[in-house]
Amino acid sequence: MRNSLSLLHLLRAALAALLLAPVPALAQGFAGLGTDAAGFAVPEHGTVLTFPRDHGPHPEYRIEWWYLTANLKSEDGRDYGIQWTLFRSALAPEERPGWDSPQIWMGHAALTTEEAHYHSERLARGGIGQAGVTADPFAAWIDDWQMQALGDGIDRLDLSANGPEFSYRLHLQAKGPLVLHGEDGYSVKSASGQASYYYSQPRYRVEGTVNLPSGPVQVTGQAWLDREWSSQPLEADQTGWDWFSLSFDTGDKLMGFILRGGTGDFTSGTWIDPSGTATPLPPGTFAAAPLAFSKVAGRSIPTRWQVSLPERGLTATVEALNPQAWMGTSFPYWEGPVRISGSHHGLGYLEMTGYAPE
Amino acid sequence: MIWAAFSALLSHWRRHPFQLLAIVAGLALSTGLWSAVQAINAEARASYARAAAQLGQAQADHLVAEDGDIPLQTYVALRRAGWQVAPVVEGRLRLGAQWLDLMGIDLLNPPPLPLFLDDQERPAAEAPGDIAQSLLPPGQIFLHPEMAADIGQPADGPGIIASAAVPRGVAIADIALASRLLQRPDGLSRLILLSPEAQDLPPIDSIAPGLRRIAAREAAGATERLTDSFHLNLTAFGLLSFAVGLFIVQGSVGLALEQRRGLFRTLRSLGVPLSTLVALLAAELVLIALCAALAGLVLGYAVAAALLPDVSATLSGLYGASVEGSLTLRPGWILSGLIMALAGSLVAGARAIHRLWRLPILRAPATGARGQQARRGFHLAALAGLGLLVAAAATLALFEGLLAGFAFLGGLMLGVALLLPMLLSTMLTLGAKTARGAVSEWLWADTRAQLPGLSLALMALLLALAANVGVGTMVSSFRLTFTGWLDQRLAAEIYVTVDSDDTGAAFSRWIAAQPGARALPIRWHELRHRNAPLRIYGILDDATYRRHWPLLEAMPGVWDRVADGSGVLINEQLARRHGYEPGDILILSPAWQMTVAGIYSDYGNPNGQAIVAMPMLLAQVPPPPNRQFGIRTPADETETLMLRMRDEFGLPRDSIADQASIKARSLAVFERTFVVTEALNVLTLGVAGFAMLTSLLTLWGQRLPHLAPIWAMGVTRARLARLDILRSLLLAGLTACLALPLGLALAWTLLAVINVEAFGWKLPMFLFPLDWLRLFLLALLAAALAALIPARRLARLSPSDLLKVFANEK
Repeated sequence: MRNSLSLLHLLRAALAALLLAPVPALAQGFAGLGTDAAGFAVPEHGTVLTFPRDHGPHPEYRIEWWYLTANLKSEDGRDYGIQWTLFRSALAPEERPGWDSPQIWMGHAALTTEEAHYHSERLARGGIGQAGVTADPFAAWIDDWQMQALGDGIDRLDLSANGPEFSYRLHLQAKGPLVLHGEDGYSVKSASGQASYYYSQPRYRVEGTVNLPSGPVQVTGQAWLDREWSSQPLEADQTGWDWFSLSFDTGDKLMGFILRGGTGDFTSGTWIDPSGTATPLPPGTFAAAPLAFSKVAGRSIPTRWQVSLPERGLTATVEALNPQAWMGTSFPYWEGPVRISGSHHGLGYLEMTGYAPE
Repeated sequence: MIWAAFSALLSHWRRHPFQLLAIVAGLALSTGLWSAVQAINAEARASYARAAAQLGQAQADHLVAEDGDIPLQTYVALRRAGWQVAPVVEGRLRLGAQWLDLMGIDLLNPPPLPLFLDDQERPAAEAPGDIAQSLLPPGQIFLHPEMAADIGQPADGPGIIASAAVPRGVAIADIALASRLLQRPDGLSRLILLSPEAQDLPPIDSIAPGLRRIAAREAAGATERLTDSFHLNLTAFGLLSFAVGLFIVQGSVGLALEQRRGLFRTLRSLGVPLSTLVALLAAELVLIALCAALAGLVLGYAVAAALLPDVSATLSGLYGASVEGSLTLRPGWILSGLIMALAGSLVAGARAIHRLWRLPILRAPATGARGQQARRGFHLAALAGLGLLVAAAATLALFEGLLAGFAFLGGLMLGVALLLPMLLSTMLTLGAKTARGAVSEWLWADTRAQLPGLSLALMALLLALAANVGVGTMVSSFRLTFTGWLDQRLAAEIYVTVDSDDTGAAFSRWIAAQPGARALPIRWHELRHRNAPLRIYGILDDATYRRHWPLLEAMPGVWDRVADGSGVLINEQLARRHGYEPGDILILSPAWQMTVAGIYSDYGNPNGQAIVAMPMLLAQVPPPPNRQFGIRTPADETETLMLRMRDEFGLPRDSIADQASIKARSLAVFERTFVVTEALNVLTLGVAGFAMLTSLLTLWGQRLPHLAPIWAMGVTRARLARLDILRSLLLAGLTACLALPLGLALAWTLLAVINVEAFGWKLPMFLFPLDWLRLFLLALLAAALAALIPARRLARLSPSDLLKVFANEK
């Protein structure tokens, strides 16, 4: 999972940010996410995800996202990371045509190098066609940012986004099956049972062009798409999360997260072997501890971690490619590419939210 | 030495404090009026600029459709092509008893941060905790805090949020709510181009043909252009008062110089060089001017503060422009007031100082028959005046626009003023021929002899009187036309506004069931026509319109043409703006063209308007709101019907009004509109009266040598005093007679030239002889009052003073 702090929260916070320039205190859990789901559908144990239908939006759920990150390399060996995210947040559990639509869409895009981090944000509401997602054929868009399938399903995607100083245009090709997290896509997010629907395509081959202020760069690499939707994914006292998607040179992959809470952290994750077989990790087995902090946007944020999963013999250091990968969007958070060293080697992405300014 | 000379010069004012008062008061008065007008203008301009900046439009270019709305899909297509544009839907909204400009924006794009912040850019205390409340029904409307307080919190429907970021007279809401209120789900009024513009975008033309890009300056200037006429008007008035005020200074400075000739002679004889003397006099003038200017600025601030609320009401009533009700000190108008006062007093004093420069050192006070010497001056002035009149007429014939109108006015007024001495002198020469007896002949001749000294004051009186006649005629003609027009236009007995279309439909059915009553729905749709808003009303074919609607021009069978859907009626503003005449084709949208069947007068509305048959309107546009009705009912049943409506539909008091109260409200707005004009009018006349007084006092000292021989020949002092008053009355009366035709010419220019340019409507001119009589008497009264002080002094003059005249004769 990730962003368990979730879209609703993001959006609420984004909107609150409009009102109260700095983000409000996070002490009460993120903006009442864990409190009620009145009127909205709630994930149920035993539901079977169906595709391509579930690639599309679920307006009866409060929050949802299409979240893609990629680790890329240029011919001269430089590392790059990109993020393409479309969030959906429903103010009411329905879709209405025109401006009256209660579905709010938010796009975040970023391009990270070792030296620089560029990001951009778009907001739109549903109902008028400015932003949205269709399941079959699959397409997700906000303004001129696109994630569009070529052919059936989501195996082949064209991806593009831009900001004032950057843009990218990439082609993605899946090299493995979809991965359902938790129990067949039912992913538990707290000890008391809050959950979301969560699946991924963690194994895309990527090629294309990223455009920096200095000019275009041809890149290749790998991408990971997360799909998640829910109405109430957080406990009231959970204040933020640290989320890891790691791809090892062995072909294994690990998704692991820590939900930081007043009554103790909740950790969970999924181990994915090179064939694509997913094994849910029981709560508490995945562990990650900060090794070093960086000063980012007036906050102290851990940008080097010790990650361990004893049952797989994993003890590795995860370090940010660029510690300043700060998403200064209406709701700010840290998101950027990482390098892995230690018992395992590889690349991945790290997302961290809920670190208050000092 | 210099200091001694300077204090000797200044000692004059200790002995003549009234003279000093006259100069200071005259200059302060004129500076005050001038800076008051400048302060009002500066305040208004600052308000417009603030409004534009608050709405975030000051720097952004706009896209508008050539005709009609921008389809929503065009907006989406532009966004999806990468163009960062923000949608705006605009229209009029009624909140409580007030009409406001509703501006619908997408609160998500771009986030309108200032809406939720207070003046110091901190989060506003009263801002809602959740923008979601603005996005979800019933939504929220953001208003200027004063207007929010006026309107209060409605029991249901959209909530009202006070925000200092919203200009007065404007309501801001999320576009979802605005589209619902304006019933325009699929159309946008304009798009704002947000910066920065991304690179490599396809041209707008290829995505959305038919959109026109308007530069930021042009877009922000729309209000300014409209209100410019008003400010120009005020400036003209300010200049007029200033000019009149300068006459006072000119008179007083001349007097002070005249009286100090003996002193000058002494100082020169003691060895003060002429250049030092002139420099000292100039320094004295500057000193006095500075004091007067400061007093004038204080006065101006007070006048501006007193008038600003009315100006604000006028501007919002006439142009929908909003101006804050409070005044701030701005360096611009303070500086302009100071400079005007200094420059003005130097100009006024220049002639006197010039005379001093050429003064023979030993020459005695003026005793000559100045009337004859001045003849040549009159001729020159008359020639200049004629030239100005010709130039003014040429300006009007050759150029168009408001500025040309004002140039014509200026030329006309000044030209006639310059002709005045010549005209008066001729009239007095003719008058002298009717004289019987020595005293009478002396009176005519002496009056003419005094003309040079009085001519400037009389010019001031002429201008003030003419301005009074002109502006008075304009306002009264406007009032008469407006009242008549209200009678025609407000033909229905009752006007009702309900809160929803469903209630509207139920209301129509209910009225239809009432014996003797019928409802005339008032429904409209607003679109853009040639880059300006145009509101199209749909009407039912009803005898009320055929009988009462105020048509200016029409094709034969105009109402049948409208009823069968082939014709459209347009208001005078629209017709004048684009030169439409009956029979022309009006293109409302690419698919909707109609013949102009008639033109109607529509006062008090800056925008274009059109009327078509209701079925036509409903066929062409999305269903417009059906919430307003005029009700025809027999007059004696109005009261009971209103009561029953209230009971039946639970209508609040302010959503139902009878004809009489609407008329009263409209007239009240009208009266407020001209409060400022009339106040300035009265002040100008006051200044002119004061100019007369100072001129007569100036002459006083020079009069003794003229009067002493007459007294010596046996005419008593009391009789001389009476004759002096009579002479003053004679001059004022003649001037007033000349002011009348000038005032009427002024009125005509205001009604037929200025009004058309400024507002887009022409008004018929009516004559009000009783007002003229009142003004004539007022002029005589002013002249008599001005002559009274010198006359009383003359009557009480000790005979020895008169005898001294002979003693001094060299």
